[in-house]
Amino acid sequence: MKNVTGYLHSIETAGALDGPGIRRVLFLNGCPLNCVYCHNPDTRKYKGGTKTDAFSELQAIAKQKEMLLSMRGGVTVSGGEPLWQPEFVKAILEGSKMMGLHTALDTSGFLGNKADDELLSFTDLVLLDIKHFDPEGYKRVTGVNLQPTLDFAERLASINKPVWLRFVLVPGYTDDMKAISKMAAYVKRLGNVERVEVLPFHKMGEYKWEAMEMDYKLFEIREPEPELVEKAKRRFEEEGMLVY
Amino acid sequence: MKATEQNLNLPFLTDDIPSQYRSFTAGTWSTEIDVRDFIQKNYTPYEGDASFLEGPTDTTKLLWHEVLSLKIKEQKEGVLDADTELVSSIVSHGPGYIDKDLERVVGLQTDAPLKRSLMPFGGVRMAEKALDSNGFTFSEKTKEAFDAIRKTHNDGVFDGYTSEIRNCRSSGIITGLPDSYARGRIIGDYRRVALYGIDRLIEDKNEQLDSLEVYNLDEDTIRLREELNEQIRSLYELKEMAASYGFDISQPAENATEAVQWLYFGYLAAVKEQNGAAMSFGRVSTFLDIYIQRDMEEGNLTEAEAQELIDHLVMKLRMVRFMRPPEYNELFSGDPTWVTEVIGGMGIDGRTMVSKTSFRFLQTLHNLGPAPEPNLTILWSEDLPEGFKKFCTDTTIETSSLQYENDDLMRSYFGDDYGIACCVSAMKIGKQMQFFGARANLAKTLLYAINGGKDEISGDQVGPEFAPITGDKLTYEELMPKFDAMMEWLAATYMNALNIIHFMHDKYNYERVEMALHDRDVYRTMACGIAGLSVVADSLSACKFADVRIIRDENGLATDFETSGEFPVFGNDDDRVDNIARELVKTFMQKLKKQPSYRNSEPTQSLLTITSNVVYGNKTGNTPDGRKKGEPFGPGANPMHGRDKNGAVASMRSVAKLPYQYAQDGISYTFSIVPGALGRTEDDRVENLVNLLDGYFNEGGHHINVNVFNRDTLVDAMKQPEKYPQLTVRVSGYAVNFNKLTKEQQMDVISRTFHERS
Repeated sequence: MKNVTGYLHSIETAGALDGPGIRRVLFLNGCPLNCVYCHNPDTRKYKGGTKTDAFSELQAIAKQKEMLLSMRGGVTVSGGEPLWQPEFVKAILEGSKMMGLHTALDTSGFLGNKADDELLSFTDLVLLDIKHFDPEGYKRVTGVNLQPTLDFAERLASINKPVWLRFVLVPGYTDDMKAISKMAAYVKRLGNVERVEVLPFHKMGEYKWEAMEMDYKLFEIREPEPELVEKAKRRFEEEGMLVY
Repeated sequence: MKATEQNLNLPFLTDDIPSQYRSFTAGTWSTEIDVRDFIQKNYTPYEGDASFLEGPTDTTKLLWHEVLSLKIKEQKEGVLDADTELVSSIVSHGPGYIDKDLERVVGLQTDAPLKRSLMPFGGVRMAEKALDSNGFTFSEKTKEAFDAIRKTHNDGVFDGYTSEIRNCRSSGIITGLPDSYARGRIIGDYRRVALYGIDRLIEDKNEQLDSLEVYNLDEDTIRLREELNEQIRSLYELKEMAASYGFDISQPAENATEAVQWLYFGYLAAVKEQNGAAMSFGRVSTFLDIYIQRDMEEGNLTEAEAQELIDHLVMKLRMVRFMRPPEYNELFSGDPTWVTEVIGGMGIDGRTMVSKTSFRFLQTLHNLGPAPEPNLTILWSEDLPEGFKKFCTDTTIETSSLQYENDDLMRSYFGDDYGIACCVSAMKIGKQMQFFGARANLAKTLLYAINGGKDEISGDQVGPEFAPITGDKLTYEELMPKFDAMMEWLAATYMNALNIIHFMHDKYNYERVEMALHDRDVYRTMACGIAGLSVVADSLSACKFADVRIIRDENGLATDFETSGEFPVFGNDDDRVDNIARELVKTFMQKLKKQPSYRNSEPTQSLLTITSNVVYGNKTGNTPDGRKKGEPFGPGANPMHGRDKNGAVASMRSVAKLPYQYAQDGISYTFSIVPGALGRTEDDRVENLVNLLDGYFNEGGHHINVNVFNRDTLVDAMKQPEKYPQLTVRVSGYAVNFNKLTKEQQMDVISRTFHERS
């Protein structure tokens, strides 16, 4: 295994939201998407953040390995879009796997083709974020095409890789119920999606946009009403999915 | 076949067994005083979940409503009533009730609910001040009588104190000493009252006296003979007190209702006699479960009735009150009584000690709402049944009222029948006690090392006149030998103070009834403690890894420091500084162990400040780590506020590295997390808190307080306390009602590290 340089935004040592158990979550820097509701615009810049290397990160993981095991957790690589640094991601996942830790990859799928079969073989779980199921809607929200994400989803299904699907509900942007129903039917058909997380859009990242003097289109947007969240969840439940 | 059925079918087997012991499996406990043996032979481990539990009965709701109204009134108007003349004893008061028709468990400290009793044996001045500051006047008659004929603990201690100890006390390098109040931290085995009845216990104590009819009477034996006679007298008084409520407790309890009542009478006698700094309850839930289980098998008790019994017992424990002055509450905030009850743990035979009644105790927090007392303490083991683990974390998320301690760690030291006195001090119940020693301020000691024993605030020569550091730069190499010598001096002076205190406490304020519920020969520890561990570790780290310049005042006293450069700080899983902290704990313990200690007690130490980290900080000047004069220390073993920047896991790992071996009186860690950081759904949060606890304890962590709430809730509660009458927060080792804290303490709690994205 060879050492690889990587760019890190931050680390969460007791993450309870990105995969099973309590996990060490590495947020990588750089993302090719331009999501209007991005919570972490400060992670977008390619080669931004802190320069590090896989061996240093794996050393830190090794130190907390026993504790991660007893917390029934593992390591999650998130971002940004982690697959913008596929070699670094692969090294982290491979090293973690060799230590006996559970591994998860949190991705939009847009750069799914950068994840080779070897990388996926080191990945126990993919947290796949599909931001909209309608190609037009997807583009409006992210600025990029939907198709690569669907291709990646199909590929994960073909190798029966466990997936937790994530969907962020943003009023006025992603709350088209028809598209949600279609997405629900689609993930049902994939057969490898173990859990669906409908995440209500929240405005906690707003201050970051202001701080970065960036143009944030969602200042006007409300957080979704609980009823709307329930409605979206029901679409997935109607397909027999396990929804959180 | 169940024991009950067997006895019904084979009556000839049970002919000689007293009716109270029907269907119990006999054992050593039948002939000797041995509660643990009784529990081991008769309890039923419970591996299921919380679904069997019942909510409060109508009676419980009505009674709790009355109690809550009184509590709210007390919170608003201050102490409701207090004795100013009658000195409290086990039999000083006639029976008192909240509402006789509703109470399933009876007995109050005085003749009225929340009325506080008068206990001047710790010190008359303290008792007077307590009354005074709460708007009452100490009776001239009683005060005169005490002044004229009754010496107190406090008088004795000051007869013994040397000038050096007095100086240390006023400078604050040793603080919080139990020299003017009762030491507490002794747990009577109240279960013995229920299991054996008073007559059998008196018989046992008489046998112990007989065993001391020896040829040569030395000082130790004479003292023990006197104490045993005092213990016997207190047992007669306990019987008399129970009789005043219409109960004859000379015989063992017949059923669960009696078992709860007998046991509570034992505890009540203790809190009538002692205003101790921590009057812990012990480990009663699985003991009581045996009686509840038998009543249920006999068809005499329903689940709702069993829960009602526990709810009512807990209500009584929530009403324990003492008369204390404001200074006391500054040190121990929020008027705490530390009625600590431990729940759970594993047996040494591998069976869990969790029973259905363990659940019933936790259920009181749901039935009656969150509350700081009793201080419910979960003995956590990786092997605890899953259902119990989840009910615990669920209860924490809902109420923030529980603390957790590492049973896998403590079991190897204390077996499976230990309790916790106060917050983190483990002891075998009925077999062990401690001499409570508050704590020494290590941060100040470090400053004394720099200034050659001069106090950095007053400039007075408090410590020995060792050579001060005279250069401008503070180096680790120069500082360490000086600091070591100063710790050596501190350990000796500190131990001298404690020896005097406990000599006098035994003499003038002996805990008769609590010790009557112990074996003849108890194992005693001298429970020392240190405050300011993280401040000192970070300061030493600064000297070692950064550049520290000394700033002096006009008299040449080092009063401030200018620190430049990066240095590792405690709480970030960085061995460079964590090892400094670890070594400090070991070093100071070794120094304490060198000292002769009263009654051959075994010196131990705790890393526990309770909320006195605020007071200690107040009394300590600027430190080389950048902490400013007056700023609070981190509580207990916690990293300094806001310095644990690498997340919860790193912070926990640093604390878990501290060696329990050298801090057997406990290592306290307080942790706050916002609910959202534990998971997206309720189930996730419950499970992830289980995961977090398993992780921390597997690393070797000893204790953790878990608060689950948003910072906003606390800020709002500061502004509008009336919206949160029952808001409970966990501080080091116990819980308090947030509204009872001073503004300063509230700010301290809020500024403690919250793990939002942990």
